[in-house]
Amino acid sequence: MDILIQFSFVVAAALFIFGLKQLGSPATARRGNLISSIGMLIAIVSALVDQGIVEYQFILIGIALGAIVGVAAARLVQMTSMPEMVALFNGFGGMASLLVGWAALSPTAGTFNLVTIVLSILIGGLTFTGSLVAYGKLSETISSAAVMFTGQQVVNSLIVLSILASAFMFCLQPTDPQWLYLVVGLSLLFGIMAVIPIGGADMPVVISLLNSYSGLAACAAGFAVDNNILIVAGSLVGASGIILTQIMCKAMNRSLANVLFSGFGSAQAQGGEVEGEVKPITVEDAYYVLEAATNIAFIPGYGMAVAQAQHVVKELAELLEQNGAEVNFGIHPVAGRMPGHMNVLLAEADVPYDQLLEMDEINPRIETVDVAIVIGANDVVNPAAREMESSPIYGMPVINVDHARTVFVLKRSMASGFAGIENPLFYKDNTRMLFGDAKESIGGLVREFGS
Amino acid sequence: MIPPEVFLTFILMLSVFLGFELISKVPATLHTPLMSGANAISGITLVGAVGLAGTGNHDLSNWLGAAAVGLATINVVGGYLVTDRMLAMFKKKEN
Repeated sequence: MDILIQFSFVVAAALFIFGLKQLGSPATARRGNLISSIGMLIAIVSALVDQGIVEYQFILIGIALGAIVGVAAARLVQMTSMPEMVALFNGFGGMASLLVGWAALSPTAGTFNLVTIVLSILIGGLTFTGSLVAYGKLSETISSAAVMFTGQQVVNSLIVLSILASAFMFCLQPTDPQWLYLVVGLSLLFGIMAVIPIGGADMPVVISLLNSYSGLAACAAGFAVDNNILIVAGSLVGASGIILTQIMCKAMNRSLANVLFSGFGSAQAQGGEVEGEVKPITVEDAYYVLEAATNIAFIPGYGMAVAQAQHVVKELAELLEQNGAEVNFGIHPVAGRMPGHMNVLLAEADVPYDQLLEMDEINPRIETVDVAIVIGANDVVNPAAREMESSPIYGMPVINVDHARTVFVLKRSMASGFAGIENPLFYKDNTRMLFGDAKESIGGLVREFGS
Repeated sequence: MIPPEVFLTFILMLSVFLGFELISKVPATLHTPLMSGANAISGITLVGAVGLAGTGNHDLSNWLGAAAVGLATINVVGGYLVTDRMLAMFKKKEN
C-alpha cells in the first residue's frame, strides 16, 4: 500500500510539471491548470488512504470548511480585486506550512529535522503576515505608501539576529517550548516589518516574491514531515516565483534589494524642473482627433483598475475599429499591482489577448501610432526614465508614448504618481490632458461616437 | 544506501532547476494566472497536514494539523478556481 501511495505522488508530481508547462501558453493554459488540479487531487486522495491515519473527523471538517471558504472567495472576488485575493490565498498557504512544521515537532527529532522545522515555521510565518500586509495595502485597508521610520534598518537587523539566535537555541533545546514560541512570534513580526516599507507600485515584485516564499515554506514543511511531493511541488513554486520576481525587477531596472529595502515611494519629490505648459483637452475635441486617427494605442495602468474602466475602454476600442482604425494595447510589465494585472482586466472585458502588446513589441512601432491614450498610467510612461538622470526612475524601461504623434493622458488631476516623481510627459507639445474620472471620460468618448 | 536527507536534497535541487526552466519563457499575458496557479500548487502542504490531523492523538500537534488542513484547503481550492476563472476569460481574436 505504502509503495502505491509513493508512486501516486510521482504521478502527481508529473502532472504538476506538465500543468505548469501548459500554463505557459495562452492556448493551453486552462487545460494546464486543470491538469495540475488533477495532480493535486491524486496527491490528496493518496495521502488520505495512508494507513497512519486513524481518525478522519478533523480532516473532513478542515477540508469542508476550507473548501467552502475557498469556493466562496474564488467565486465572489471582483477581477479588480484579484491581486489582494491572490495575496490572501498565498498567506493561508504560508500559515498552513508554519502549522505543519510546528506539528511535525516530536521529542525524537534529529538536528536535520529540527532545522527544517524551524525553516518551515520561519518562511511560513513571514509569508503569512507579509501576505496579510500586502493584502491590506492592495485593498487600501491600510495605507499603500511605503512606511519608513528612523532606525528601521537597525530594528530589522535586530529581529533577524533574534530569529537566528532563538532558532539556534530551539535546535539545542527542542523540548523547551519558549524558543519555539519565540521563533513563531518573531517570524510573524518579521513578515510585517519586511513588507511595510514597500510602496504600492512595487507590489508586483512583492506578490511574486511572497508566492515564491509560500512554495519554499511548503518545501521546508516537506522536509519536516519527510514527504517527497511537498518538496517537489514546493520547490517548483519557489523557483517559478523567483523567476517572476526577477522579471518584475528587470522591468523596473532595479535590483531586488533596492525594491525590498529602499523604501521607494516614501521619498519626497525630487528630480529636475520640468518646463512647459499643460494643455487640457475636452472630450469633444478628443473625439475629433480620434475619429481622424488610423492607428491608436491604449496604455493602461493601475488607474484603469481603480476606475473600473476596462469594459468601457473595450467599448471605445471596438468603436474605433469600426471606424477603420487599428487598435492595440501596450502593456508595461509592471503596470498595475501584480504581474500581468492589466492583461487579466482586459481579458475580463473580452479584449482578445493577441491585441495586447508587450512593451518590447509596442515601442518599435510607437512612432506610427497616431494617438496613444494613457489611462491611469504614470511612471510606466514617464520619459524622465530616459531623459532625466536625476529622476529616481532613471533607467527604467518605459513605453515611449511621447514618441507617438499625439498623446492623450487621462488623469484625475495633476497630482504626481507614486513617489511624487514629476512626469515631463504632461508638458510635452504633443500631449493633451483629459482631466476627470477615466471611466467617465472614456464613456463620454463612446457617446460622441454614438451620436 | 543513500541517506534520506541527501536523497531529499537531490530532489529539491532538481525541482528548482526544473521550475526555472518551466517558467522562464512565459509571456507577460499569463503572469497572473501562472502566479495564482503556482500559488494553488503551494497548497500541497495539505498533503502533509492530513497525516498530522489524522493521528487520533488529540494533542497539540493534532490540532495544529487540523488547522493546517483548513488553511491549505482554502489555498488549494480557492487558488485553482480563481485561476480557472481568469483563464476562461482569455480569448483569441475571432475571425
